[in-house]
Amino acid sequence: MEKFTTLKSRAIPLNIENVDTDQIIPARFLKATDRKGFGDNVFRDWRYHKDGTINTDFVLNDTNYSGSILVAGDNFGCGSSREHAAWAITDYGFKVVVSSFFADIFKGNALNNGLLPIQVSASFLSDLLAQIESNPQIELTVNLEDQTISVEELGVSETFEIDVYKKTCLINGYDDIDYLLSKKAEIEAFEKQSV
Amino acid sequence: MSKKTLFDKVWDAHVVDAIKDGPQILYIDKHLIHEVTSPQAFNELEARGIPVFRPNQILATADHNTPTLNQDQPVKDDLSRQQLEQLSINCKKNNITLYELGHQYNGIVHVMAPELGVTQPGMTMVCGDSHTSTHGAFGTIAFGIGTSQVAQVFASQCLLLTKPKSLRVSVNGKLKNGVLPKDVILYIISKLGTNSGTGYFCEYAGNVFSEMSMEGRMTVCNMSIEMGARGGMIAPDQTTYDYIKGRKFAPKGADFDKKVAYWETLATDEGAKFDMEYSFNAEDIEPMITYGTNPGMGIKISETIPLDENPSFKKSLAYMNFEAGESLINKPINFVFIGSCTNSRIEDFRVAAHFIKGKKKADNVTAWLVPGSKQVEAQIIEEGLKTVFEDAGFELRQPGCSACLAMNDDKIPQGEYCVSTSNRNFEGRQGQGSRTILASPLVAAATAVEGKIIDITKHLN
Repeated sequence: MEKFTTLKSRAIPLNIENVDTDQIIPARFLKATDRKGFGDNVFRDWRYHKDGTINTDFVLNDTNYSGSILVAGDNFGCGSSREHAAWAITDYGFKVVVSSFFADIFKGNALNNGLLPIQVSASFLSDLLAQIESNPQIELTVNLEDQTISVEELGVSETFEIDVYKKTCLINGYDDIDYLLSKKAEIEAFEKQSV
Repeated sequence: MSKKTLFDKVWDAHVVDAIKDGPQILYIDKHLIHEVTSPQAFNELEARGIPVFRPNQILATADHNTPTLNQDQPVKDDLSRQQLEQLSINCKKNNITLYELGHQYNGIVHVMAPELGVTQPGMTMVCGDSHTSTHGAFGTIAFGIGTSQVAQVFASQCLLLTKPKSLRVSVNGKLKNGVLPKDVILYIISKLGTNSGTGYFCEYAGNVFSEMSMEGRMTVCNMSIEMGARGGMIAPDQTTYDYIKGRKFAPKGADFDKKVAYWETLATDEGAKFDMEYSFNAEDIEPMITYGTNPGMGIKISETIPLDENPSFKKSLAYMNFEAGESLINKPINFVFIGSCTNSRIEDFRVAAHFIKGKKKADNVTAWLVPGSKQVEAQIIEEGLKTVFEDAGFELRQPGCSACLAMNDDKIPQGEYCVSTSNRNFEGRQGQGSRTILASPLVAAATAVEGKIIDITKHLN
């Protein structure tokens, strides 16, 4: 897993609530048996019309916006457990998703792929979306060590919560398998005692 | 001794160790896998040279990406066939039992595991599928996981997790005629919303659930994830034990009695505290239907679509081509789907057959009836339901997830409405541009016969 410490980037505002994982990556694209290439089809049915032409109304196709931070409406990532959603978002080039609320499974999947989900307050989110929409050039700064997200030129900042263990994993690029394998003896002892 | 919930008792019995100020290591008893969310996990283990730790505790089936016609022939779609072949190769290489396409035990993972007696009270179970919550109907901690976690369980039979908060939803009273378990859960989600359960594990309590069949309990627990809860549970009781007894992987003889004695201890202690509680009256629930693009957007079938100025709400109605204040009664419907891990068990087909018997499917309707497993399919034939369906002009397909997520060829065309017994009405869930209306098998059967949505409450004796 890639390490994550700090990031300064412009952001793309996806001002829609309840974005489900079927929108992030529709089921018909889940037939691949490796993790690569899902970015081509991220938000497929919002990015393209059914005839394959580009939907210029969709924010990812708006050339005013760019960056590796996705700022999305409340309850992002609900629905299916497909990790393909996290793979698609990272493969497209995002490193951070900001929302006022994340679905559990998506949040876990994101963290397991070095994609940082940042939960902010509803008011911070609506201000942030409005600011990006009025000035697509503004840059956001994310500092994982300090657990802060800020827009320096506007002087606004908010702290966010993250599990201490997960934070350590992200900063060092560790994943859960490494840790669990180091606990093999305890796991085997547990199995013996439970039988 | 402190009072514990059902969830506490099962969880606490599976904690191997804990990281200071961090997650706990939770032992997983059973791991179910399927073709879509497992290949990358197998690849990961292989790339890192890690063996599968406990292959005997894993069970595999092919369900998401399988055709529902001509299952005896090679799968036509290249990518789908390769994905299914990959599952077979991976299972063979790692000594994992697989009930592949056509096997007498093949079926949707959340239908076949309970009917084989794999799912038992007090267990921890996971699967790379969010509807793993289904198995909570047995008093099991069961939840969906991502593929990285599938790899973790392959490697260690454990997961690193923070214990979720506890939530109890109680429904007491007498359900009205025509109100099915699907209506109960759609009603709960319509009241609580799609993220009310996020961060929680839910217990369903009250006489409505204790009087429900196992099939009904599975329908309810299945949709826990649609209110954001990782899982839902119902305390095991005689109904649970009677269901499990005699099934293929159920404990036998004295072992079974010993297990029952343990299962009896699992119910939530009186006075145990929940972090959140909701309660509803059974009498307030009516047959339900959804009108929007998330499962929380549901109304009683006789109600009208509410008014809401929220832009996401309006976007949702625009997608559905519905208007606030509108009734869905008499809406013409061209597609009906009875199936999915929510409603594809024998009881669901009995309900549908009971309504359909002696009637005819409307000419405008394409109706797909897709059993949850080979065993359900066999039972449909054995009970004579297949004849009822065919006499009425319905087509009985072969088992699989089918039009619930439209990974195979069972897709609803652009712009069409589908009254569906599945669990998600997301945009394009059943095919690009399709519009899903979630309902019970009874409402779905009635829609197929009438060719439009009817107020089923007026057609019941």
